[in-house]
Order: sequence, then structure tokens, then C-alpha cells
Amino acid sequence: MSCDLECQHLVKQFDKFTAVDDVSFSIPKGSFFSILGPSGCGKTTLLRMIAGFYEPTSGDIKIKGKSVLSTPPNKRPVNLVFQHLALFPMMSVAENIAYGLRRRKVAKAEIDQRVKDSLERIGLPDAGSKRIDQLSGGQKQRIAIARCMILNPSVLLLDEPLGALDLKLREHMKVELKQLQSQFDTTFVYITHDQSEALVMSDQVAVMNHGRFEQVGTPQELYYEPQTPFVADFVGESNHWEATVSVQDSQRTTLTTTSGLSIQTQTTSNLEIGQTVNIYLRPESITLGQEQTTADNQLQASVKSVLFDGAKSRAIMTNNDAEEIIVSLPQTGEFSDLKAGDKLSLSWRADIAKVFTNQA
Amino acid sequence: MKAIKKLTTGAVSAAILLGASQFASAETLRLLTWGGYAPDEVIAQFKAETGIDVEVTKSNNEDMISKLRATGGSGFDLAQPSQDRISGAQAEFDIYKPIDLSKIDNSLFIDSMLEATKNTTMFDGDVYGVPHIWGTSGLVLDTKMAASVKDYADLCSADVAGKVSYRLKRPTLIGFAFSMGLDPFAAYGDTAKYQDIINQVTDKLISCKANVKTYWSGGDALMNLLRSGEATAAMAWDTGGWKLNKELPNVTFVAPTSGALGWIDTFVLPRKTKAEDAAYKWINFVMQPKIASMITNVAGNFTASKGGDVEVDPELQKRFKASFSQADIDNIKWYPTVPAGLETMEGKALDRINAAK
Amino acid sequence: MNSSQTRLTLILLLSPFLLWLGLLVIIPHIDMFFLSIREKVAPRTYETSLANYAEFFTEPFYWNTLARTAFMSILATVLTLIIAFPVAYYIAKMLRGKTKSILFLLCLLPFWVSELVRTFGWMILLRETGVISSSLQWLGLIDGPIEFLYNDVTVMMGLIYTSMLFMVVPLVSTLDSLDDSLIEAGYDLGGSKLSILKEIVIPHSMPGIISGCIVVFMLTLGNYLTPILLGGKSSMWFTGQIYTQFITRFNWELGAAFCFLLLIVSSTIVWLGLKLSGQTLASTVAKS
Repeated sequence: MSCDLECQHLVKQFDKFTAVDDVSFSIPKGSFFSILGPSGCGKTTLLRMIAGFYEPTSGDIKIKGKSVLSTPPNKRPVNLVFQHLALFPMMSVAENIAYGLRRRKVAKAEIDQRVKDSLERIGLPDAGSKRIDQLSGGQKQRIAIARCMILNPSVLLLDEPLGALDLKLREHMKVELKQLQSQFDTTFVYITHDQSEALVMSDQVAVMNHGRFEQVGTPQELYYEPQTPFVADFVGESNHWEATVSVQDSQRTTLTTTSGLSIQTQTTSNLEIGQTVNIYLRPESITLGQEQTTADNQLQASVKSVLFDGAKSRAIMTNNDAEEIIVSLPQTGEFSDLKAGDKLSLSWRADIAKVFTNQA
Repeated sequence: MKAIKKLTTGAVSAAILLGASQFASAETLRLLTWGGYAPDEVIAQFKAETGIDVEVTKSNNEDMISKLRATGGSGFDLAQPSQDRISGAQAEFDIYKPIDLSKIDNSLFIDSMLEATKNTTMFDGDVYGVPHIWGTSGLVLDTKMAASVKDYADLCSADVAGKVSYRLKRPTLIGFAFSMGLDPFAAYGDTAKYQDIINQVTDKLISCKANVKTYWSGGDALMNLLRSGEATAAMAWDTGGWKLNKELPNVTFVAPTSGALGWIDTFVLPRKTKAEDAAYKWINFVMQPKIASMITNVAGNFTASKGGDVEVDPELQKRFKASFSQADIDNIKWYPTVPAGLETMEGKALDRINAAK
Repeated sequence: MNSSQTRLTLILLLSPFLLWLGLLVIIPHIDMFFLSIREKVAPRTYETSLANYAEFFTEPFYWNTLARTAFMSILATVLTLIIAFPVAYYIAKMLRGKTKSILFLLCLLPFWVSELVRTFGWMILLRETGVISSSLQWLGLIDGPIEFLYNDVTVMMGLIYTSMLFMVVPLVSTLDSLDDSLIEAGYDLGGSKLSILKEIVIPHSMPGIISGCIVVFMLTLGNYLTPILLGGKSSMWFTGQIYTQFITRFNWELGAAFCFLLLIVSSTIVWLGLKLSGQTLASTVAKS
């Protein structure tokens, strides 16, 4: 498999602080790769190393198999779409797009033609003579991408470019970005702290925390098979409890939370009696309603409050005031009249909760 | 633009001063004078005897006239311009008030000086000034380094190339004219003749420019030039030379062979003086021999007070005698009053010299 | 609040400014204008005429001085810009936090003393028996004393020194407002240092450059102490000429005419500068 971008044991230290700590990954040609993490996790530092604005403390960056460590940013075959886009306000839209070609001393006639093609491709054929401040947020976004793509980079880096947009436009741009990427057939490396952006657009997502990659995988893998508590917690929403292993046989393990709730899970080799563990259970994994004798976990709970949010509506349930359990409300209309105080039965399968042992 | 601002603020602050002075006690004398002419101890003694405060503003001839012109002769109660700058300025700007000679104690003055000043400060039949302090300008030399300099014209000789300093003002033009064998004072009344003299002097000073270190404008700047040895020959006031002589025995004032230029600083009343009585009291007070001696010791120049050298520092008397033989004193060229209009001609000449390479 | 009250508030708020404008700017200039078109025909008698302006054009000395002053001022402005730009860039873009404010403060430091004191400071350093000349002799680099004062190069240096701050401040503030990512974007898209300077940094800082240049040019043109003191016998500066006319020649009429000529020349040069750089006074003042 040919890789457009490959990072090997990248480390970046600022004085005593290690921003990026031994990160290795490779991205196959033409894929949409996201790096997801909270602010301060080192994702921007990683991106700036790839773009060439920071020099790694150690490790190597290869683009199309060739190390680019000694190549300055203005010579690297990567381009960066900045967080605030960094369009040049002193130039027109066409001049912005033509900037890179002018620097490469491309003939005037060719530049004009390519800028025209580029504007048509992003659906703004008449915007060339406009000033930057005459554009809408979405249009600016497209211009910023076009300005990079006209140079045919091997890799396009994007630094949270949707951050400044309002919600509606952001939803729209997610789809559009994905389309642009497949249209250009270029490798995109996209960094964000918004899991929804990462999950919707990416072929592969890396979850980053404290300078390290916690897990790299497809959006589905991250969501359903989190490998670390951080990923379980950060990607999607979960009920989180601390518990100790109280009973164990070859099939089932019983965990008791700090406030006394008993939870059945599958036995795995790393669980021992008396161990403290973290349990993550997604709200949408819980079935609400009739008693199901076949269910591994079954309990009665009363509604504490209902959080209505359209398709994402949830209820906070409580079991004898022991633990709060967040449950997604199915959109079949069955529970539309749910109110505080109602008593309901909750159930879920033993294998659906994720259990992580407490390790240093 | 700075000059405009200066003048405007000057005018405005003078206006405020004028307003304020309405309320100030009448017992204040606002004196516009030269540095050293009103020493603190004299002011204190005057206050003790008469109860009048003296408020001193230090100035020079052009500045005094400009200040009084800007306010139409108000803001000050007594001024001390040189005697040659009185009738001309009065003719042009009407800034002075005639002196009431009956209020002056004539017996305190050296008669010949009083008479001479009365004549030169006469305008339209009125007398405007009485003499106070007199002195000369001539050469201040490092007598070792610039031994060859005997007259103003010698400042242009190769011996002192690059070591010369003088002011770019009218005394320089007059002094050079005399040393070139011309008589500018005699030509005061004849504009064409005077212009001819000025033209000759201008040519001389332009050709002499390479010899000049820099033109001095303030007394301290000149002192520094001579002290550091950057200049060894200068055209300056006698007191400057004597002051330096105290520190540097080689440097002193020398009367030029063509004659030192003599000036007399006077007392005049600004047209809108508000404390005329106090002004007369001050004049009669400072002309007393003892007080006059005190002023001479501070200012370095002798006064027109009869017997005013009684208590003058013997050192100063000695320096004076070393610089002036009786022949030198007889040879002093006293400035006659400047007719209105001559200064425009001189000004252009000075500009041309300044602009020359 | 009703409209008459609003108006009263506005009048009260504006009155100090209007008073200042009227009393210290407009009235003196009107007065000065009438003074400038007055010709003295005899003591205390004057006639209205343009003789003072004619005098300026017929006497080469005067217009030479004005031309020289304007030329030196333009040169000083350009040199100040060339020197101040890297300094401002360094302060605005390379430094962060404390070092930045310290360096900025260092630029201000010389202005804690008056111009006169600063100029005398230069004289102590540069005179023939001054610090630099003696040090060079002591080091054996020169045989005899050298006079650094009283020439055009020294005057130029003094003018630039006096003007630096007034160029650095507007430049720092416009450069501060330039988003670093624009410069990085320039690099990222293949720009070289020079092309980024030319296409991004300079166009962005144009308002600061222009307002700095206007301030420095006007200050230099109107400077009096520095060219007179450092220039010595070779100093020819138009404000010096105006001062001379007013104070030592008592020729207020000619002095007033010179004031207006200086005003016209400086306004014309500023207007030309704005035209050539494609800026307007409004955009320049608003942005920096």
C-alpha cells in the first residue's frame, strides 16, 4: 500500500514540556485522516511539524516515501488550511488562489486559466474579483481549500477549519468537505476536537491525548470498540461508573459500583476479584420498557429528569438513588409523554458495557 | 511651525499674565533684563528697604523687543535693552514710554554717560533711556595658540584655521567692517553707502567661513568651545574673556586694534508699565555706588554709577586694566543708535553668509 | 433624554476641543495670514501686498533653504522608515510578553528627556573633544581629533534619532494586528521571505507606514533645535529662518509669509505621498 504521509516516532519538546510524544502513523493515499483530541493534546503541534513550521525534536516525517525534515515549509508538498483560514485580505479572491502559482513562476495565461477552473470547481465561478470581506463563511472555506488545492499538494492539512462557523453551516460543510476530498482525490489530514466532524468525514481517526495516539481506527471501531478509557469517554457519550469485581465465574463477572449497583459483564482474562475497574455504558445500548427476563442486566429505575433534544433526547434515570443512568429515548414516540417520577425497567446485554481495569 | 507655536503661546500666556497682574499687588516690579543684572542679594536688600518684590525675566536685546512687541509694551514694568536698540524700535513698534528725568537722581550717574544715553535714546523730542551697565565686545583669545590675532580680520588668517568662533549677528558685521578699515557708523544715515560696506563685509565673511569652527549663539556654548580648546580665537564680550581667565590664565579678553565695540545697557519703561514708581525707585536704588559695585562683581561689567567701582573686586579691576590700556579705552567704538531699516539689510547679509558653503 | 439635552451634552463635550481649535489654531492662522500680506512701507505704516511672498521667490537663499529643508525631511522620513521597519517587525512579530514591552519601553526611553537635552547629549558625544573622538584616539584608531558635528550627516542622524519613536509606534501597532497565520500561509503556499514582505506584510502595514511617515515628515520639517544645534555653521533649516525673521529681525510680515509657504509645501508633499501610495488620510488615521 502506498502511503502519502508517514510519521515515525515523532517527538516534540518545548523546554521541559513534551507536546508530541513518540507518535507513529501512516496514511494511505487518497484517504481522509482525522486527528481527534481535546485542546492541548498536541494535535496542532503535530500538524505544524508536518507543515514544517516546527522542527521535530526527534523522529522522521516522510511524504511519498521521502523524508521532508530538511525541506522548509515553502518547499514541502503539503499545504495547510488554517484555523481562521488566513485568506489574504489585501488581495482579491482570484489573487489569493493564484498566489501559490505566482510564487512558482507559472505563466500568467496559465494562472488565469487554472484559477478560473478552480473557481468553477468549487462552485464560485464569479467570485474572482471579490474582496475577501465580501464572502460568506462557507465561501471563504472553499476559497481557502481551493487556494491550497491549486498547487496539487500530496497532502492537505486542515486545522479545525470549521471551528468558526455556526452550527448549521458546520453541518453543511462537513458533507461538502468530504465531497471535495473525494473530488480532488487528495490525502486530507484533518485535526479537530469535535468528534462529530471526525466521525462523519474520516476514513481513519486517530484519538490523541497528552501527546500520544490512544487509538487509531475507523470511526466505527472507535465508537464500538474503544481500546482505552479515554477513547470510550471522549468518543460519543457514555455512562461511567467506578466499580470493584465482586463475583466471578467462567462466563460472567459481577461488578459492584461504589454506590452499590450490581452490573453483569463478560468475564475476560484480565479481571480478578477485588480489582477496581471503570465501566462505560452508552446511553443508546440500554433498552427501556418491558421486563425482559432474558436480559443480562435488568433493573427498575425512576425518571429523574427528561432532557429533550430532538433525535438526541435522553432521560436521566435513577435506581434507588444509587446511581444515575443516562438513557437514550427511542424516537418511535413510545416515550414521548415520559415525565419525572415514572418508573421503568432498564436492561442491557452483558457484552455491551466496556470495562477497563484501573492501570497506572 | 515651532516659531508660530512659540509666539502664539507667548501671546496667550502674556495675555493671561496681563489679566493676572490686575490682581497682583502693586508692589511687584516685573524686570526684563540680562543675566546677572539683578543679583538676589540686591533684590533682597531692595525688598527690605522698600517692600517691593522684583520679578526677574532674563533676556537679550532681540528677545526683549520681540516680547514687548508681541504685547504692545505690556507684561513688564522695566526693561534693559542696549541704548542703540531703543529709538529705532520705538519708531517701528511704539513699545516704550518716555522717561520722566525729574524722578531720576542725576547725581548718581557719570555725567558724560547719562548725557550720551539721553542723546542716543531720543525719539521725537523725548528721552527714553538712562544708562546702567556698559561693556565692550572684542576678541577672546587663547594668547598662546592664537598669538597672531590682533584684530577681527586676523580671525581669517591661516594660523587659526578651524579654531575660530563668532556670532552670526550684527556686531560681527560691524566689527569686521572696522577692522577692514571701513566706518559703518559713519554710514548709518546713508543706505547706499552702508549697503556697500555690508557687501564687502559679507564677501569677507563668506571667504572666511572655512576658518570657522561654528557660530556660537549662547554664552555657555562659547565658553565650552574655548575651554575644550576646540576654538582658540573668538569674537565675544569682555566679561566672557575675564570669566575664562579665572580658570585658564592663557585665555583673556583682548581689545582689537581697530577698537572694541562699546555698548551701554539702559533702563527703559515699557509703554504699558504698571509699576512706574517702583521702576524709578529701583533705578535710583541700584545706581548707588555700593549697590552698583555688587552688581559689577556679579555681572562682570562696570556701571554708569558715579563712584560705582568702590567695592569692585580688585581681581576684576586688574583684568580690566590688563585688557584695556588708556589708548584702548579711547579707541572704543560706541554704538550709535540703529536707524530703523538697517537691520533688514544686515539680516539678508547674515542669511547669505549662513547659506554659503 | 430629549434632543435639546443631547445637543447640550454634545456642545459641552466638544467645547474644549472647539476652544482649542479656535483659540490656538484658527485665530492665530488667520492673524498670521493677514500679517503675511502686509508690507511695511515706512515705520508704523503698512500696506496690503504680496511683497513678502515675492521676496521669497526673488531671493534664492530663501527658496533654497525651503527646498533643502523639504528634501532633507523627505530623506530623513525614508531613512527612518527603513531603519524603523525591521525594529518594529522584531518587536511586533518576533517577541512575546515581557521582552516585548521592555524593548518597546526602550524605544520610549530617550523621550523621557527633552529634545534639547537629547541634542546636547549628542553634542557631548560627537564634538571634537567629545567622547567618541577621544575614545577613538585612545584606541589608536585615529591620529588626531575628529569633528563629527556640524555636517549634514550628523543632522540627518539626529533627525532620524528624534523621529524613530513616531515611526516605530504606528508600525508596531499595525504589524501587531497582522495575523501570524497570514505570514505562515504565505510560506506554506511557497512564498519566499521577500515576496511575503512585499505582498503581505507591507500591504497590510501600509496605513501604519503612511501615518508614521506623515508624522515623521511633519515633525522633521518643523524641527528647529536638532538641525540648528547639530548643523552648526552649515545648518540651513526653514524653521530656523522663520524664527530668525520673527525674533531677531523683527520682520513678522516675512516670517508669517514663510509660515504659510511652509504650510503649503508640507501639505502638498503629504498630499502627494498619499496619492502615490494610494491611501487616503481617513483610512490612514482610522487604522493606526
